[in-house]
Amino acid sequence: MTNAASTLLVVGERTNITGSPKFAKAIRNADWRAAIEIARQQVENGANIIDINVDEALIDGEATMVHFLNLIAAEPDIARVPVMLDSSKWSVLEAGLQCLQGKGIVNSISLKDGEAEFLRRAALLRRYGAAAVVMAFDEQGQAASRDDKVRICTRAYRLLTERAEFPPEDIIFDPNVLTVATGIDEHNNYAVDFFEAARIIKQTLPGAKVSGGISNVSFAFRGNNPVREAIHTVFLYHAIRAGLDMAIVNAGMLGNYDEIDPALRARVEDVILNRHPEATDNLIALAEKIKSQNTAVGASLAAPVPVPESNLTVEERLSRAIVAGLDANIETDTELARQKFARPLDIIEGPLMDGMRIVGERFGAGKMFLPQVVKSARVMKRAVAYLTPFMEEEKRRLAAQESGVRSQKSGEKQSSRAPRVVLATVKGDVHDIGKNIVGVVLACNNYEVHDLGVMVPCEKIIAEARRLNADLVGLSGLITPSLDEMTHVAAEMSRAGLDIPLLIGGATTSAAHTAVKIAPAYPPGVVHVLDASRVVNVASALLSPTQKPAFLADIFARQQKLRDDFAARRTQKQLLPIATARANRPPVDWSAADIPRPEFLGTRTHADIPVEDIIPYIDWSPFFSAWELTGRYPQIFDDPKIGAEAKKLHADAQQLLAKIAREKLFAPRAVIGFWPCNSTDDDIELYGRANPPGEPESFSKSTSNTAQPKASPYPDKTPLARLHHLRQQMEKPAGQHNHCLADYIAPRESNHTDYIGGFVVTAGDGVEKLAAEYKRAGDDYRAIMTQALGDRIAEALAEKMHKHARDLCGFGKTENLTPEDLIREKYRGIRPAPGYPACPDHTEKQTLFRLLNATEATGVSLTESCAMAPGSSVSGWYFNHPDSKYFGVGKLGRDQVEDYARRKTMPQAEAEKWLGPWLDYEAA
Amino acid sequence: MICSLQLSQLCLFVSDFTFLATDNILMPATVANPIKESRSFAGLRELFAARIAVLDGAMGSMLQTHSLTETDFRGGEGGRLASHPHDLRGNNDLLSLTRPDLIEKIHADYFAAGADLVETNTFNATSISQADYHTENLVVEINTAAAEIARRAARAAEAGSREKGGPRRRFVVGAIGPLNRTLSMSPDVNRPEYRAVTWAQVVAAYAEQIRALTAPAPDTDGEPGVDALLIETIFDTLNAKAALFAAENVFAETGVRVPVMVSVTITDASGRTLSGQTVEAFYNSIRHTRPFSVGINCALGGAAMRPHVEELARIAECPVTCHPNAGLPNAFGGYDETPADMARILGEFARNGLVNMVGGCCGSTPAHIRAIAGAVSELKPRATPTRHHDLRLSGLEPLNIQ
Repeated sequence: MTNAASTLLVVGERTNITGSPKFAKAIRNADWRAAIEIARQQVENGANIIDINVDEALIDGEATMVHFLNLIAAEPDIARVPVMLDSSKWSVLEAGLQCLQGKGIVNSISLKDGEAEFLRRAALLRRYGAAAVVMAFDEQGQAASRDDKVRICTRAYRLLTERAEFPPEDIIFDPNVLTVATGIDEHNNYAVDFFEAARIIKQTLPGAKVSGGISNVSFAFRGNNPVREAIHTVFLYHAIRAGLDMAIVNAGMLGNYDEIDPALRARVEDVILNRHPEATDNLIALAEKIKSQNTAVGASLAAPVPVPESNLTVEERLSRAIVAGLDANIETDTELARQKFARPLDIIEGPLMDGMRIVGERFGAGKMFLPQVVKSARVMKRAVAYLTPFMEEEKRRLAAQESGVRSQKSGEKQSSRAPRVVLATVKGDVHDIGKNIVGVVLACNNYEVHDLGVMVPCEKIIAEARRLNADLVGLSGLITPSLDEMTHVAAEMSRAGLDIPLLIGGATTSAAHTAVKIAPAYPPGVVHVLDASRVVNVASALLSPTQKPAFLADIFARQQKLRDDFAARRTQKQLLPIATARANRPPVDWSAADIPRPEFLGTRTHADIPVEDIIPYIDWSPFFSAWELTGRYPQIFDDPKIGAEAKKLHADAQQLLAKIAREKLFAPRAVIGFWPCNSTDDDIELYGRANPPGEPESFSKSTSNTAQPKASPYPDKTPLARLHHLRQQMEKPAGQHNHCLADYIAPRESNHTDYIGGFVVTAGDGVEKLAAEYKRAGDDYRAIMTQALGDRIAEALAEKMHKHARDLCGFGKTENLTPEDLIREKYRGIRPAPGYPACPDHTEKQTLFRLLNATEATGVSLTESCAMAPGSSVSGWYFNHPDSKYFGVGKLGRDQVEDYARRKTMPQAEAEKWLGPWLDYEAA
Repeated sequence: MICSLQLSQLCLFVSDFTFLATDNILMPATVANPIKESRSFAGLRELFAARIAVLDGAMGSMLQTHSLTETDFRGGEGGRLASHPHDLRGNNDLLSLTRPDLIEKIHADYFAAGADLVETNTFNATSISQADYHTENLVVEINTAAAEIARRAARAAEAGSREKGGPRRRFVVGAIGPLNRTLSMSPDVNRPEYRAVTWAQVVAAYAEQIRALTAPAPDTDGEPGVDALLIETIFDTLNAKAALFAAENVFAETGVRVPVMVSVTITDASGRTLSGQTVEAFYNSIRHTRPFSVGINCALGGAAMRPHVEELARIAECPVTCHPNAGLPNAFGGYDETPADMARILGEFARNGLVNMVGGCCGSTPAHIRAIAGAVSELKPRATPTRHHDLRLSGLEPLNIQ
């Protein structure tokens, strides 16, 4: 074993102010970014532990140590390794210990200040839970000779293990690496003394480890790095054999003993092993020669030097650019490659696809994350776009020249063409971020993707699948009615006689729904794909003639099990009759209820809302999940696996968001309204005012909120609208209730007038326009980013308007909530959206839109499935009751659906269609 | 809606508070007089040697079934906290003062279901967590009362089993939760170096709680009020290290050590804590305290915990414990695993020699504990391996040096 680094634990020394001028400068200037980079480089260069030392006269050691440790705690690629706290001041060490969640090492304690202090510090280290470097130092000073080193270390060991209950394995002796070749004869044996002491310590003090700060040994040759590194390498070579466990060194500058120039190595070894009296003089002579000869070569003897970009071939540069997602030189390099390669297609199938294959593999292995993959795809697209005119030109040329031969050849080509996938968001649905991501991921893996867009009718999907002779069809959708539409597409594909596999994905889809509803409609095979990271595995299994039968058999078996489970569960849990469920509504004392009256009734439109005003309300966590980086913001940045990528993604998002705000690329709009109302069982009646809806009228300010009229002023009026809600029917334990949103509104018989609010907000149609623009330019990364930000802006605007609505109702004005509190819904009241668990019927949106005149006010319209277009929109009701909370209605019994259809004057079959996923029974 | 990293699902609530303790209680440690072990050490060692011990289940979800009102939390109309200027509902730890009957009943139900140990109702009873309700001045009283209530329930259960001719010891474990503020993470992404709380504040808060829990109670014959401490639902190891540091300080003060059990929470399936450590890195971080046991509880359901419990069982030099939630929280924040489900999962852990103590966390009930106790009663506890003698360090990942 000749490579020092392979058996030794490397303690990186460059985050040590006394050893690294660069780090010292960064710390003195409070350039934390630079300081963090130094730490990161050390870990990247292979440091197993990092030594941190901020001792300098003019620096506040405690505060600086704490600041730096806290900073690197947020850098998972640094924080993964243990820390060695290094200071000559105990208070700095102790401040550092209070920041380490891991188990670290303190460097150092010694008997310099006497036994009592030594034991006090040891006891504290036990309590903090740290290992200790113990210097071979006592009241008399530093040990230089072998015997003094061993004597002091033995004494320290006894004290620690016998008096301080210190675990022997947590003791790391540093028997002092002292400088050799100083010209003073007494120093010549220092290295040998160290080796021998280390050997004795390891033999006689069980469990203890030995460490050393290596750079000291070569101090006599400062300024001559090639020689210093040779000395370090030789010193380590022998020290490891003597039992050295770890060394404080520059992790990036560890040499290989075998690779040192033999002449230099012999001279160095003479010095280190003190082999003869002229050893020092000989080395100094050689060192002078080396220094004058090659200051250039001397940068490093053995450290791996990264190959400069310019030394790579153009093929390598292209592959690298794809893998790294860097498009700065992609067109220049593609042009260079074009001049070098016979045909443009060879570049695509060669270096570009080589890069994409690496990306595909790393993504599959969890070593790259979605944002990186999309960036790589962007680079690929730009290269392909550059080559396309040349390929067309070539095609024309060849067609003219040798048409007969080519056509035959292209026929051959046809048989080995890339597999074709048809993707579509189904009719009635406009959501497509997930589908776009799947498209990019498939394209990266050499699939030919035909994306039919959003709101695609069934007939078009089938026609295109046929025309393209597709190998796979993928359907996507977000809202619940899309589940039905997918089942419909599956049945129609079956009727049309297609036999290619069908993939299902999207937020409301599930393996269970796919198994129970969709798969039975399409026998050739329906596979639910949980997220984009799975799609390549699924697609390749389905397209491989050898894997497909077993894969599908497995899928079919799983789906059968899900169907069995579903059937079993249905019979297992009995629902309550709706009358019983209603009787178990939560009790509310309306006589004592505080019903705030909004400042106006009717509706108000907010146009031209600056994006800047919305940004503070953004909840970033869902933004990351849109990119399949799961974790809560901001803690996601600390995630050791995805944190770094999440940070980059966030930075890119901030940049785009700033551009959107600056150039007003989105035009967010909102409309909100309030109406007097009362509940009647599970319905809510909204009443008009003298003014027709849409014309705001403020209440006089003199009307106090608490002075409720004793009787409803609207009891005899025909309601302006009637909202229909659904009630939980599951059996509840004693003391729990069957909820319905209508419970939060004062019933008519309470003689109180209540108020309900409604809203529609949108990020505007600028989202899709901008995304389409980026997509046309081949920039899927920004296109998807734009859509994800559109969704965030819409959600944030909903949060902002809800805050405004609470202010209008009075109680919002006294709340003192941070944006984070808002995200955690720490305020009074809720804003449930039709189509979501508390009110799952999407058609109630039609009533909401009518009341708000929302399409005119905001430009948002409803599709036939009641999805909102543009997609980056949010709508819902405002409930102000202090007890109101979100819940899911859960499974609905036939009796409630019958009743609901009657209340809604909707044919029962239609109600069942809209409530499909929530039915507890098989609709006729 | 289901996000395993959501703090709100880790048996704790996180919110702002204004409390700042400033007195530094980092005592100069001296090579102190030897600290003696509490008598409960012997009883617990005997239990853990004989069989797989059974811990109780959730307190919070049991309280939820009682639909308690603000009035309950205030101690009734005209109760002692009737005029407290802030909302108290949700401050479950306060019920030890205002509804002791209910807390004792829940303990009794768990003992009746077969629990050997119940946890005191003190998960959030530190001045830092109580500050959310402006009740930090009640911390000592809450902890003292909670220990007494649990002890009463234990005595009653012991008397019950004596009558049936099979005297069986029951133990009271002082529950110590994480905090709503963390020492390893910044709440402000723009200031990664910032911390909402200091080490000294966290140590002071935990020491106050531990001092109250371990103070001798009127009927404990001079022994500490609790038989052990359980520092649980650890999602930030540095907070846990501060709690362990505080415990050592208190033991040094009082001269008596009680067994300390430690239980970490793995918040994502890849096996990391919220603060980013792997199971082994966590173990290395707390190994110096020589805990009575180490385990995993809360966030993931038992099934998803399996590989992490196995990992812990491979490395831990002390008993291994596991008290999972009743499955992952469903879309509505409830828990779906039935008693039979949990018993099957923990029973399998036990059959494969992974555990020494089992119990339940969020969503579990006496019915769950009864089923779990039944599933492990005939099974052998995990054999504790001998101590390692290598240097075990950690950052977010472990580094072991032979």
